[in-house]
Parts: sequence; C-alpha cells; structure tokens
Amino acid sequence: MARVTISEKFCTVNPLKMSPAIGAALAFMGVDNSMPLLHGSQGCTSFGLVLFVRHFREAIPMQTTAMSEVATVLGGFDNLEQALVNIADRTHPTLIGICTTGISEIKGDDLAGFLKLIRANNPKLNGIALVDVSTPDFQGTFQDGWAAAVTRLVEELVEAPQFETRVSRRINVLPGCHITPGDIDELRDIFEAFSLDPVFLPDLSGSLDGHIPTEFTPTSLGGISVEQIKRMGSACWTVAIGEQMRGAAITLEHHSGIPYKLFDRLTGLAANDELMRFLSEISGIPVPKKYRRQRSQLIDAMMDGHFYFGGKRIAIAAEPDLLFTMSQWLREMGCTIQAAVTTTESPVLERVPVDEVLIGDLEDLEIRSVGADLLVTHSHGRQAAERLHIPLLRIGIPNFDRLGAGQMVTVGYRGTRDLIFQVGNTLIANAHEPTPESWIPEHKLPGDLVSLQSLQ
Amino acid sequence: MGTLGSKIQQVLNEPGCATNQAKPSFDRKKGCNRVLAPGAAAGGCAFDGAKIALQPITDVVHLIHGPINCEGHSWDGRGAKSSGSTLYRTSFTTAMTEQDIVFGGEKHLYRAIKEAVRKYNPPAVFVYQTCVPAMIGDDLEAVCKAAARKLGKPVIPVNVPGFVGSKNLGNKLAGEALLDYVIGTEEPEDMTPYDINIIGEYNLSGELWQVKPLLDELGIRILACISGDAKYHEVARSHRARAAMMVCSKAMINVARKMEERYGIPYFEGSFYGIGDMSDSLRKIAQLLVDRGAPAELLGRTEAVIEREEARAWERIAPFKTRLAGKRALLFTGGVKSWSVVAAMQEAGLTVIGTSVKKSTPDDKERIKEIMKDDAHMFDDLKPREMYKMLKEARADIMLSGGRTQFVALKAKMPWLDINQERHHAYAGYEGMVALVGEIDKALSNPIWEQIRKPAPWDVAITQEERSIHVA
Repeated sequence: MARVTISEKFCTVNPLKMSPAIGAALAFMGVDNSMPLLHGSQGCTSFGLVLFVRHFREAIPMQTTAMSEVATVLGGFDNLEQALVNIADRTHPTLIGICTTGISEIKGDDLAGFLKLIRANNPKLNGIALVDVSTPDFQGTFQDGWAAAVTRLVEELVEAPQFETRVSRRINVLPGCHITPGDIDELRDIFEAFSLDPVFLPDLSGSLDGHIPTEFTPTSLGGISVEQIKRMGSACWTVAIGEQMRGAAITLEHHSGIPYKLFDRLTGLAANDELMRFLSEISGIPVPKKYRRQRSQLIDAMMDGHFYFGGKRIAIAAEPDLLFTMSQWLREMGCTIQAAVTTTESPVLERVPVDEVLIGDLEDLEIRSVGADLLVTHSHGRQAAERLHIPLLRIGIPNFDRLGAGQMVTVGYRGTRDLIFQVGNTLIANAHEPTPESWIPEHKLPGDLVSLQSLQ
Repeated sequence: MGTLGSKIQQVLNEPGCATNQAKPSFDRKKGCNRVLAPGAAAGGCAFDGAKIALQPITDVVHLIHGPINCEGHSWDGRGAKSSGSTLYRTSFTTAMTEQDIVFGGEKHLYRAIKEAVRKYNPPAVFVYQTCVPAMIGDDLEAVCKAAARKLGKPVIPVNVPGFVGSKNLGNKLAGEALLDYVIGTEEPEDMTPYDINIIGEYNLSGELWQVKPLLDELGIRILACISGDAKYHEVARSHRARAAMMVCSKAMINVARKMEERYGIPYFEGSFYGIGDMSDSLRKIAQLLVDRGAPAELLGRTEAVIEREEARAWERIAPFKTRLAGKRALLFTGGVKSWSVVAAMQEAGLTVIGTSVKKSTPDDKERIKEIMKDDAHMFDDLKPREMYKMLKEARADIMLSGGRTQFVALKAKMPWLDINQERHHAYAGYEGMVALVGEIDKALSNPIWEQIRKPAPWDVAITQEERSIHVA
C-alpha cells in the first residue's frame, strides 16, 4: 500500500497540475453546441484556450466574462449577464457552462442567484441550458473540475425518471478526463457489440475528435446533446470510468435510481476481462468473437513485449486516475515504478504499486527520476527528459509537441495491445548497445569513461 | 493599488505613441485600453502580456504569485530562444491554495522566493502579481523589497494582475518594471561607440539570430536586447547604449522613450520583417550611431552589406516568383507588422487580397493602402464565420495568421501559415524573408490539398459506364 505524502515546498517548480476551471470547461465541450464560459479575468480563459488548441489541434469554444478590476470589486453580475446575452446573440448555443475562477469565488458572487435574475431579465435565454459549477483555482485540480462539471450537468439537466419508460439497453457512460476522444470511440464500439446503446457524458468524441464540419461552428462541434442528457434518467445502468467519476455516478443513482458500476481503469488484461464479463452479464449476450480474438492478440503482445518491459524502472507523474491506470498496467508488464507524482488526493493513490505517491510537481519527478528507463507524464516533462537523457512517454493533457493526442487509445484489449507496442518500441529504441567497457566494474574504469557510463 | 493605478494612467497616456497623441485630450488618458466585451472577448490579460515581454530574459527566475490558473496552463509555451541559460523555461509559481487566501499569501511568497534563490541561484528574481493576491491585498512591492534585502539579490516586482487590462497594457507595465528596478542598476565593463539596444524583440524561433550576424559583421554590438535572448546583467547595463531600435510593435514604446529621456539614448521605430524594412533598419541604426559619434565610415560599410544582402535575397526569392505569381493571400497579423509583411509578400509575387488593421494606427493604415493599392480589403474585425466563408468560397489561396484562427482556415481546407508568436519558423531579416516565401510555397504546393478537396466516393454520382457494369 502506497504512502501518500505532500510536497513541503513553498515554490512549485514546473507545475504538473492544472486548474479545475479549465477541467470543467473541457467537460462542457463534450456537450453538443455548447459554450464554456469562465467567470473571471480574460487571461483565465485565454491561457486555457491556448492549451486546448495546442493539445487537440482544434478550434476551442471558450468565453470569458472579462472581469475588470472594478467589476471584480463590485461583483460580477453585470459582466455575467452581458456575457450570457452576447454569447446567446453571437453563437446560439444550446448550453452555456459557467465555471467560476479564483476572483469570482473570493468576491463571493452568488451564481445561482445571479442566473435566476438574469433569466428573468432576458427571455432570449429561454431554451438555452445554463449550468454553473464552482471551480475556484486555489482549490482542487483539473480532474476535480471535470468531475464537478459532470455532476452539475446531471443535477441540472437529467429529468426525473419514469420507471415504466426505462429503456432496456440504454447505458450511461461517465468517462473521466483521462479518457480521450479516441478511447470513447473504442468504448462505444465495445458497448454496441453487446447490443447496448451507450450515451457518454461528456462525449468529446463528437467534438474534439478532429473531424471536418460541413460549416463553421463557433460552439462545440458535437458531443452528447442536452436532450440526450435529459433522458439519461431512463437508462438501465451507469458505467463510470475512473474514481473521479464516482460522485457523478452516485448523483445519478440518487436522482434516478440507476445502479452504477465503476471501473477504476480500462487498460490491461484483467481490467478488460472484467469489462467483458460485466457487459456480457448485463446484456445477456456472450462476448463477441471479435473481442475473444482481441484478447488472444493482447496476450500474444504481452508475451512479445515482456522482454523489453521486465525490470524497467518507470517514473510517472499524472493526475490520480491516470497515474493509477498507467502504473498498474506497467507493473503488470513487469516494470518497477521508481517514482509516482500526482496532483491531488484520491482513494486510488494508495493502490498505486509503489512505496510513496507524492503530491507535487515536475521538479519532484525529475529529482526522483535519476536512473529511470522511462519518464511518463504530459508534454511538460520534455525538459526533464532531455536533462536526464530518458525517453518520455506523453500521456494526459497537455500533449502539445506530438500529433494525435486526442486519438491515443489505451482502453480495451486492442488499446492495451497497441500501448504495449508503443511503449515497447520506445524502450527498444533506447536500449543501450554494449561496449567493451560495459562489464568492467566502475572502480576500474578511467575517469572519463565513468562519466560516460553513468550517462548511459 | 494606488501606485499601480497611477502607473497604469501613466503608461496609457504615452506621449511617444503617435496614435494616442492624435486623440483629443480626454480620450488620450484612456489610452489603448479598450473596454472588453464580456462573452465576446479574445486575447490575454495584463499578466500574460508582462510575461511575454519579460520571460525571454533567460537567466533569471520568473516566479508567478497566484493560483494555478495563471501559470499552470501556459508555462514553457512560447518559442523565445536562448543562446545560454534555460532557466527561463523553468516554471516557478506559488500555486496559491485556500490557506493563502485565508491567511494572506505574503509569507508564502517570501519563502518561495527564498527557496528558488537557494536552489537555482539566479542573478535576479522577477515576481509577477496576479488577480487573486492583488484582491486579498498581498503587498508585492514590500515582499520583494524585503526579499532583495535579505537575499542580497535583485527581486523585481512586476505588478500586473490580469484584471487591470489587456496584454498590451501588460507589455508596458513590464517595461515600467525594467525601468524602475533593472535598467541602469549596473555598469558595463567596457563601452564602444557601436553599442545599441534592441527593444521589443523577443527572439521567437531565434529571429534575433537571423539579424545578429549582419550587425556583428558591421562591428555593431547589441549591448542589450530587451528582452530576446537577454541576460539580466545586459538589461541592467543597457543604459549605456549609444542608440536604440524599437522593434515594430508599440509594446515597449515606454521603455524606448524613457531611456531616451533619462539616458539620452535616441531611438527609432523599425522592423526586421521584409527586405526593404530590414535595410532601412540597418541604415537607421548606422546613422544613429554615427550621429552619436561613431566613425562615419560605418555608413558606407552598412550600404555595402545592404546591397550585397538584398541582391542575395532577391536572387533566392526569384525562383519562387513564377510559382507564386497570382496566388491570393489573406493576412491577419497583430498590428503594425501588417504593412511590412505585405511588402515582402508582394516582392514574392503574391497578391494580398486582404489584411487586418485591427491594431494598426491611422499611419499604418495609410501605408497599407499605399502598398496594396485598391485591390485589397482592410478588415477591422473579421468574425471567424466570415473568414471561414471567404476561405471556403476560395476567394483566397492561403491564409497567414496566428494560431487562434488556424482552424478556421484548415477546416475550410485552405493552406495556412503561422506568422504569430507561436510559429516554429523564423522570418526576420533577409534570411527570414527567403524562409517565409519558401514556407508559403511549401504550404501552397503540398499535394494534400488536391487530394482532400476531392469529394468522397459516395458524394459523386456514378457514371453511365459504371452503372451499366453494375447492372451487368
């Protein structure tokens, strides 16, 4: 069982974490024709927007209430009202997701009250769903903001269920923020192969999968519709992916009486066996041939790959659910987790296969990564990887210096198999060629060769 | 906030800014700080602007005092290059938590400065104030003063909470921080009659290095570039330069003007973009230095270099002219860069059918009109939807713009070239213009465009012949 410790530094160096406000904004982007709105100064939006543009390589819908100093002091009602009216006029969204920031939270803007008044003042907002979520940037992280936004979407939009109308094959799926648009496509195929009808909340596979729309759209390009969210109460099951989604699943259960099943990860053989067993059981359909074959391919890949994974030392930094997923899987492939750094507390942390999980930053990771074979974190790990001469596997957000971040698939038998190939190839490419000095003990080497050897 | 308030008034009412001086006295005080429309705003905040302006100083610690929203999403994001230290790419922040909000963040900030200095031993620390600590009343100046005294190192307060205004205002406030705390605090070891400052150049993608070899050849020394590839000591000693060039944007005009006022360093406003502009800039640098006492033979040497380099650039651009002739380009850049890039593109045979003038001054607009004749449109504010329509209807062959509108072009299946801060290619000087033309050609001639514009098979009516085969 891992010990969870908190970094005692005063100065965060090379941050790993990002703010809950933009986590929530991304969740809103998984709803069709939506516009996330950050209630704060315009920089809050602009930094997040640029980050997502670089990660997804897509246009990103995101607006700001553009709070000035004076507006911040006097309260944000006018700015919020103006922003909502402007967005309604200019972009005609179906949903506006309002995320707070540090300044609006410190001021104490009462969003629920504001929205009631603004609605009363502006009939033109009728027909637009307004969902607010509290995401102060001095509390929590990206993952928390994402989860909070999903919970709020459930609370505000899901309609009271009518037992008679429960749709027998409808499944709600609540993916965590570490599940990519590509992962969602893969999962949809899997669910449908069991004749199930899944709806994903949020569904980034419709909006940020990188497709070409037929005309210009200033709001999100797709995703789950508000109508579909309303009907989620009539599904038979909820599947939550990642511990972060437990809260939203429970909210849905309380609200609509839908039982939920939580998968803490969907990467690796055992995790996917459990998924197949579950889907077969609730659907009454035996596991399709396609997946039996994929399972067999995964087993073969594990055998082919284990030569290169066995004994490798890995240093990982990621948000809790992604950290847990990757470290479990790497451990299952025979690796040792040399260092694990994360952003915030979570029940999954103690199950990370390592002695200590540190809530810290990428400087902490770098210090703990000396001698590791592979660094696993987001693109900001690139400087540490360069300094340490260790290859970097980019996972999570942001991934701004490689292509295809939105389509990286790590779920399912097939996703796990391909991940073995990707990581295995990185390890193979960085294997060290033996030299005549490789087996000479260090104390017998001349000085300049020692430093050379320690570099390798 | 009293001092910050007056500082803002001061930089907004900038006497060196022609645009502002042309306004009636009442409007002048408002400066260029446009009121932002909630729900319809784009662009960064004052803090963003300050970081853009100062972060290229490579060997110092840039410490951001604020919650994670301010630094967590944007660090190591810009392509300002360094010839030495990489410390500027390391991110430092207090990542304020709820505890700081309740108890105040000053102690936390002080300890963070101390920790950063202990671990990284930089020549100086720049500390950036953001909205949240400004709201709760953390006294940035006082903490920096105390830290500087105790740690024996310059600790520079950069008071730029995002909500005070735009990115442009942040640029200027950053300049004020340099003027108040850095410039003139140290003396250079030696001085020459050929020492210049380059102000407002950030060495993005290494653009300064496209220009520097020519200055080196002429024996002109960059005493300080503010702030591209700069070291702290260079900026601190920059008050001993003989002349200065303020690079295109008006972002740091206050620095250029006040350095003239305080230290008698004459400056001119120039650009490294475009062949003609590059030559003009070299000429003016030489002239200003000669005016200040450098030997007059510098002028002749400069002309010789200009002649040689222009000829060489034209020679290298010539092969593209036939390939690019008649191609229509849409150009969306920030501000005054427009005309100088327009000229360069025309030099390569392109027709510029439209350009943005949102941030341009009336003078700039006149100049654009002059260069582009009447065959072009100037757009004050082209909405993405209209931009998309123009491109979709193929009224242009390529768009050159910043990352923000990248996907408007690409989703319309239209070639696009990044000419904003995040670009990966360097386009300055003679070398840069040849590179720009090369990149435009690469983008236009890529074989993907023809392939991706063909309709999907299911969108094409089947031919008579195919039908007969199918029936048979």
